[in-house]
Amino acid sequence: MKKFEKLTSAIVPLNIENIDTDQIIPARFLKATTREGFGENLFRDWRYNGDNTLKTDFVLNNPAFKGRILVAGKNFGCGSSREHAAWAIQDAGFDVVISSFFADIFKGNALNNGLLPIQVSDEFLAEIFSTVGKDNSAQLDVDLETQTVTNVVTGSKTDFEINPYKKSCLINGYDDIDFILNQKQLVEEFEQNR
Amino acid sequence: MSKTLVEKIWDAHVVKSEVGFPDILYIDTHLIHEVTSPQAFDGLRKRGLPVFRPQQTVATADHNVPTLNQLQPIKEELSRYQVDMLTKNCAEFGIELYGLGHPFQGIVHVIGPELGITLPGKTMVCGDSHTSTHGAFGAIAFGIGTSQVEQVFATQCLLQQKPKTMKIEVNGALGQGVTAKDIILYIISKISAAGGTGYFIEYAGSTIEALSMEARMTICNMSIEMGARGGLIAPDQITFDYIKGREFAPAGEEWDKSLAYWKTLYSDADATFDSVLTFDAADISPMITYGTNPGMGMGIAEHIPSTASQVASEQASFQKALDYMGIEQDTELVGKAIDYVFIGSCTNSRMEDLREVAEFVKGRQKAENVTVWIVPGSKQIEQQAIAEGLDKIFEAAGFQLREPGCSACLGMNEDKIPAGKYCVSTSNRNFEGRQGPDSRTFLASPLTAAAAAITGRVTDVRTLLNEPAHA
Repeated sequence: MKKFEKLTSAIVPLNIENIDTDQIIPARFLKATTREGFGENLFRDWRYNGDNTLKTDFVLNNPAFKGRILVAGKNFGCGSSREHAAWAIQDAGFDVVISSFFADIFKGNALNNGLLPIQVSDEFLAEIFSTVGKDNSAQLDVDLETQTVTNVVTGSKTDFEINPYKKSCLINGYDDIDFILNQKQLVEEFEQNR
Repeated sequence: MSKTLVEKIWDAHVVKSEVGFPDILYIDTHLIHEVTSPQAFDGLRKRGLPVFRPQQTVATADHNVPTLNQLQPIKEELSRYQVDMLTKNCAEFGIELYGLGHPFQGIVHVIGPELGITLPGKTMVCGDSHTSTHGAFGAIAFGIGTSQVEQVFATQCLLQQKPKTMKIEVNGALGQGVTAKDIILYIISKISAAGGTGYFIEYAGSTIEALSMEARMTICNMSIEMGARGGLIAPDQITFDYIKGREFAPAGEEWDKSLAYWKTLYSDADATFDSVLTFDAADISPMITYGTNPGMGMGIAEHIPSTASQVASEQASFQKALDYMGIEQDTELVGKAIDYVFIGSCTNSRMEDLREVAEFVKGRQKAENVTVWIVPGSKQIEQQAIAEGLDKIFEAAGFQLREPGCSACLGMNEDKIPAGKYCVSTSNRNFEGRQGPDSRTFLASPLTAAAAAITGRVTDVRTLLNEPAHA
């Protein structure tokens, strides 16, 4: 799994609430049998018209917005459990997603792939949208070790929560399977004692 | 110590619990399908691992399958490849597959209960968010991502934080034309598409206790539409009667032993939930959604809310949803012309749904402007429907009975709603483009969907229930 420690980057703002995983990657693009290449169809129906021409007013098609941090409205990643949503976001070049609320399954899927979901307050989120609204090159500073996000323009800083185990997985780049495989003996004992 | 139902089942499956770490939770049954498993099988190959407990894993093909001429090769190349890959992976790793052509094939959440694989007290997972369906039997069942599918393949366990618990009580008698689907759409409309996030929900109360297993599955199925990964109902005599005699259900001595355990599966009277909500069945009408998430629902006779009535920060998203749907705030939906009716999906494709629709449409005829698809949840349901003569009733009404699969619920296979068209759908999600690019979905019960099929418009089914069908 990809390691994560620190990142200072510009932002791609998506000020929409309840973004479901069908928007992140529509089901008709889930037919691949490998993990790569889903970025091409990230937010497919918001990025493209029915005739495959670009929707120029959508933020991901605006060259003024670049960066490795996606910032979205609350309840991001609701709906289908498709991990392809996390793969697509990562494949499109993002390392961090910030929102004021995440759906459970998406959050778990992101963490299992080294994509860091950061939950901030409604106020902090609103300030990010306002900052980037005035200056599209505005940056955020993310530090996983200290569990802080800083709005580089305003200097506002906030802490975020992350499960300590998941934090060490991200920093070290190891995953749950390694963790359980190391305790396989316990699983077999559990089975025998039922 | 008193425990909730979730805690009883959870604690019985904890392999290891350590402060600062998620629990290692043992998984009894792993259901898989073609879409979310290939990358997990690939992961096993890269690590050089087998499937640890293949006999606790069951596979079917449902998301990508056509619902007409199912035994012909799948036309779409990528879909065919994905379904073929499942067959190949199951053979290589020793997993039982109920694929196309098998008499047990069907939607993964329909066949588990139907075959007696879903049982009280079990832990069950699947790479599909509607795995919560199986909670209707008093099981801990939840959807997982593909990395976790690989985890269960490799270890038969998951690393999971114990969820918070919520009790939702519904009490009283249901009104005319009000079904399980209306109950759950009503609850979601009250607590929002995110209101259950972080919780496993136990549904209780006299209304829930009176429901059949199939209706209970409809309720638990949509737990995820309020963000809850799991939803469950304490097993009772209705549950036990449903399970007895099914293909893989315990029998003989094993049955008696199981039954004795199942009878201990309820929340203790003084158990504490992190949250408790209570609703009155009398307040629930036939429901319909008007927006682009399942929380945007209302009683069918009500007016669409105004944008101004929403919280300030949510007004833009609310208006965006109405614009997508091509509808106006403060207007009513009843009378709105529709183009398609889809009766199917893991929410509402069971025998009881089909019987209810057949009973209602008998002697009625669909409106000319509407295309009606009925997609049974499994091969067994399809066969049963034909054996009961429901196919003839549907045919006479102009409804098309198709073959089992996820179909138009998710716009992945051949069954899609065309751009701009309106569909009254018994499925679970009304997201933008869910049923096909730019399609527009009104979620409702099978009865409300059938009423729309007859009139060609969004219809309050109660107005039709009170007039005789013209045979």
